Amino acid sequence: MSSFARQVRALLWKDLLTEARTRELLGGMVVFALLVLVIFNFAFDLRVDTIEAVAPGVLWVAISFAGIIGLGRSFILEKDRGALDGLLSAPVDRGAIYLAKLLGNLFFMLVVEAIALPVFVTFFNIGIALPELALIILLGTVGLASVGTLFAAMAASTRAREVMLPLMIFPIAVPVVIAAVEATALLLTRGSSSSRAGWIELLVAFDLIFGILSFVAFDYVVEE
Amino acid sequence: MAVASRLAPSIATDLAFEIEGLVRRYGYRRALDGLDLVVPWNQRVAILGPNGAGKTTLLRILATLVRPTRGQVRVGGLELPSQASAVRRYVGFLAHQTFLYDELTARENLIFYGHLYGLPDPSGRADALLAQVGLADRAGHRVRTLSRGLQQRLALARAVVHDPPLLLLDEPETGLDLAGIALLGSLFYDATGHLRTVLFTTHDPELALALADRVIVLARGRKVFDRPASELTPAVLAAVLRGEGEIR
Repeated sequence: MSSFARQVRALLWKDLLTEARTRELLGGMVVFALLVLVIFNFAFDLRVDTIEAVAPGVLWVAISFAGIIGLGRSFILEKDRGALDGLLSAPVDRGAIYLAKLLGNLFFMLVVEAIALPVFVTFFNIGIALPELALIILLGTVGLASVGTLFAAMAASTRAREVMLPLMIFPIAVPVVIAAVEATALLLTRGSSSSRAGWIELLVAFDLIFGILSFVAFDYVVEE
Repeated sequence: MAVASRLAPSIATDLAFEIEGLVRRYGYRRALDGLDLVVPWNQRVAILGPNGAGKTTLLRILATLVRPTRGQVRVGGLELPSQASAVRRYVGFLAHQTFLYDELTARENLIFYGHLYGLPDPSGRADALLAQVGLADRAGHRVRTLSRGLQQRLALARAVVHDPPLLLLDEPETGLDLAGIALLGSLFYDATGHLRTVLFTTHDPELALALADRVIVLARGRKVFDRPASELTPAVLAAVLRGEGEIR
């Protein structure tokens, strides 16, 4: 195993072990996602003819806002006892820190989605093509997590980090949210597969471009 | 030259670090203002001075965490900040904060850092260090359950987990009891028994003279006093720090 891979593994292990012991992050994210689903379920007039138009938006609001909670916490752990300086003063590839944080964030968001999705399906009483919806959710989550991890590192150094993070992420992540909502809506309404493929291609392109950009930019963000 | 032979051939040099005309600004304030300092390998240097003298900034620059505004810094012949990634392998740094993770155990923290430094046997190194700093019986305890003094011992072990030839310690006595302070001196020697190069800050003249070969006093970002420790007594050094003694 290369030194880069060993560093990613050690950093990821540390984050997962910490979360396994505290359950602070996942607990908050899951409860928040479920609350969003419950509130929207009661807030909207969900008749059969409107439900498929509303449901994709509700799902992605739950995913993206719960994700923000997790992303915001991911670098707080490193700030508590100055541990980020401990990482930066070690011969650790900055890309390894980014990748480990991204994988951790991705894992937490996917766990939340795995719990929230059955609740979403039950509340909104919709039939879904699970493999394709899973693909859309995965691509959308990768997009949110890749830019979110970068901005979480930036926001962690600011005083108003809880406010700053969504303000920084959402303007950049708008294409992901729109593409994910549109692709999900077309899937639920059984819209044209070519239109659906177009939105999925947009998600793939965003993930690749912003994933690479965030990976490269992370070095400049964490260095003084 | 024991230390240089352990380092890569490209950085084998007689000097642990050399600093010329170092300036570091924070906004309009100059934390370091034209500092010149040369330290050979295997020297133990105590840095004293009033709050805001630039002691911590100096250590953070050598630890590659802060970039110089101006001036030249070479660690083992390697330029900072351009060769920072190579320098990090040879430097151990203890800061005011412990750099530890509360929810990991003492042993897990050391193993984690051991992996980051690419040690072949992080677990073995962690166990050896825990025994050395008197924490073998607390190895499985989470950091948040340890007292400040025990956390400081663990932070010291973390700083030397990769057995660095250059050790930077920012007020290492913080929180330590007498036994802990006695332990400090043992960490000045590497795993093979060779003396490391150590640069440490302190406000305690007696500790400085007990642990150092050389004493430097900084004030307003400049070096104002530089003498071998053997020529000083705690009373003389305290007088210098009060501004009453002979400067330089």
